[in-house]
Amino acid sequence: MKYSIFSLARAALSGHKNWQRTWRDATPKDRYDVVIIGGGGHGLATAWFLASEYGIKNVAVLEKGWIGSGNAGRNTTIIRSNYGLPGNTGFYELSMKLWERMEQDLNYNAMVSQRGVINLYHSDAQRDAYARRGNTMRINGIDAELLDLAAVRKMIPFLNFDNARFPVQGGLLQRRGGTARHDAVVWGYAHAASELGVDIIQNCEVTGFVRDANGKVTGVETSRGKIGAGKVGMAVAGSSSRVAAMAGLRLPIESHVLQAFVSEAIKPLIPGVMTFGAGHFYVSQSDKGGLVFGGDIDGYNSYAQRGNMPVMEDVCEGGMALMPMIGRVRLLRQWGGIMDMSMDGSPIIDKTPVDGLYLNAGWCYGGFKATPGSGFVFAHLLARDESHEEAARFRLDRFRTGAMIDEKGQGAQPNLH
Amino acid sequence: MRIACSFCGERELGEFTYLGDAKPVRPEAGASEDEVFDYVYLRDNVAGATSEYWYHGGGCRAWLKVTRNTLTHEISSIEPAAGAGAAKVGA
Repeated sequence: MKYSIFSLARAALSGHKNWQRTWRDATPKDRYDVVIIGGGGHGLATAWFLASEYGIKNVAVLEKGWIGSGNAGRNTTIIRSNYGLPGNTGFYELSMKLWERMEQDLNYNAMVSQRGVINLYHSDAQRDAYARRGNTMRINGIDAELLDLAAVRKMIPFLNFDNARFPVQGGLLQRRGGTARHDAVVWGYAHAASELGVDIIQNCEVTGFVRDANGKVTGVETSRGKIGAGKVGMAVAGSSSRVAAMAGLRLPIESHVLQAFVSEAIKPLIPGVMTFGAGHFYVSQSDKGGLVFGGDIDGYNSYAQRGNMPVMEDVCEGGMALMPMIGRVRLLRQWGGIMDMSMDGSPIIDKTPVDGLYLNAGWCYGGFKATPGSGFVFAHLLARDESHEEAARFRLDRFRTGAMIDEKGQGAQPNLH
Repeated sequence: MRIACSFCGERELGEFTYLGDAKPVRPEAGASEDEVFDYVYLRDNVAGATSEYWYHGGGCRAWLKVTRNTLTHEISSIEPAAGAGAAKVGA
């Protein structure tokens, strides 16, 4: 099925009754060259890049529920590449460049909207830190603009600029950042991967690994039977520790709950994505009109996919400090997702000590923006058995060697991002 | 989620701060690099009932050892952590 203005017109003229499934709901074969565990954005993107870039088409994606039912459908849809540390800067820009051509690559409308991401600063020290990060970005060929107060006032006139404790002084703007429709990203990768022969297998929970006499992983046990595999890749952020434990591994990861919120729909108000630099609050406006916002993780280990009141209160206080008018808008929905919180706030894309098992994990709460880049470099690792140059620092052993990628500069704790 | 502090009774979650898994024990000064690495970075990250430390900073400022299910947030037992005035509540 090829989507175009003509397919849309044909479907419209027949009352939209003849749309076909956009991807095949496959039943498992006995064996695949590569089995990906996890049918979220990262797993499906990995499968698509394996098939399209690396010529490996005998691939299965196993999903315990339905595709996109985990964090791929629970995030706040922000894309950006405004990172300051070697390892992150190049990788997230690779991902941003892939976002920019994703819809053409996949023949699928993912509603990628480069409406801009602005991080507001509220003190001289924060301005200097943002200036430094912006310079790092520009040196690496990434767009960044440091806006002064007048420029921010012009762009977002409704902020509480004169807040006595946290006056807005300016912001670091990445115009190429923005948002994308998260479910469409999942469906788009599923569509394009399925067209190339990838089997997407839902309701198929991995319950164990099949190992040979040397300990090499040669397949997986699942709720739909045993499936043989040349290589197995894990892309199950949120549940990485649970799946890795089946192979006898302990990871430098804790699972924490992060909440997100959406308000009732209002007329267009917020021009892009903006973040409050004096607390933790970020907000954008969906095309349906709802304000989509969030803040910190709840702060305790959880697999429950729901959070508690103290963080809701904290997030809403951040919103009120930045734009008091938000208090007049009613909250429509609130939900939680489970984050793989790594010990330095950066992801892990690497081989594991278990032969045949590859790991894509530790996305903290920044996994959505990385979806295309993560799929690309993980496919590279699975196909070539070596890290892609832009992911070479995302090593599993970096916590042992001390080569951590600690964007916040706060050391070993599982609450960074 | 509400936590019934051993000293103050049931209080709302916002009064408490989380430390994490109560199982890891800080290695001795002469411990090997592997032991320190394991203690600082690796986690069991249990899905299910697990024992963990919470600090009642908004109340009596005692450390508590709480057994909580990470799948449901259900708390099954709470006791004062060692050295947190355990004798006062007869624990």
